[in-house]
Amino acid sequence: MASTTTTTVGTTERSEALRAAAIALILGVSLVFLTGFAYPEVIHNAAHDTRHSLSFPCH
Amino acid sequence: MLTRILSVGLLAGLLAGLLIAALQQVTTTPLILAAETYEKSAEASAAPKAPHSHHGTEAHSHGEGWKPGDGMPRFFFTAITTVATAVGVAFVLMAVMVIAGVPIDERRALAWAVAGFIACGLAPAAGLAPELPGSAAGDLIARQVWWVGTAIATAVALWAFLRADHHPVVRLGAVVLLLAPHFIGAPHPHELESKVPAELAAQFAALSLAVQALLWALVGVGIGLLWPKFAPKAAG
Repeated sequence: MASTTTTTVGTTERSEALRAAAIALILGVSLVFLTGFAYPEVIHNAAHDTRHSLSFPCH
Repeated sequence: MLTRILSVGLLAGLLAGLLIAALQQVTTTPLILAAETYEKSAEASAAPKAPHSHHGTEAHSHGEGWKPGDGMPRFFFTAITTVATAVGVAFVLMAVMVIAGVPIDERRALAWAVAGFIACGLAPAAGLAPELPGSAAGDLIARQVWWVGTAIATAVALWAFLRADHHPVVRLGAVVLLLAPHFIGAPHPHELESKVPAELAAQFAALSLAVQALLWALVGVGIGLLWPKFAPKAAG
């Protein structure tokens, strides 16, 4: 009984952690896409030196 | 959990990003500014006879639209975008560690950050060397696709190879995956017609990789140090 409870709690925690990680992953990738890859000229010009400096493909 | 990842990511990214922004100002930015003087003088001499762009390569699209003014505004926007990149890197690093089921501590966070640098810095640079403005370069979208593909392939390959419990066949597959992008080959321009002196470009490639390595390392160290401080109250 005790082990079942622990397993259930563990599974819930794990799925909660996975959901949080998925959201963080989407946020993180979006941020890096915006600074490193996005095409609008204003974003490109603002991030220009950062893109070159961190060796993202630019121009 | 989400609050913890976001808090640690924002703080670690902010600290690493600010330090790297200051470092960029004395390492890579002076080289970018120097390269732009060559690029502009080359464009000025080429302009009267060639209004269209060079054969299939992307022309350097400066001049139209808003851009930050030289000096402080340019530094300001570079700092902001570097911090945003560092925060993004921190989010991705923690998310991947949580998904892989790896406990986050100082040693592991730094080790995963080093792997992140190999995947997003070293491996793509093996095909597409860090470029200065004015360097010869192939089609932008093709390069971006190759860059992202190489980063993902290298990251998955490293994970598959380094996990202690993985079967040798999986490890062999990891080596194949690691090398595949380089056999496919990065998209390069037909003509290597850089306007920038080779010494400048070489110095920039080395510095740029060093700056990127330091960014990943600082983010990793920051995550390792801050993660325990944001432990949920009930558990502590």
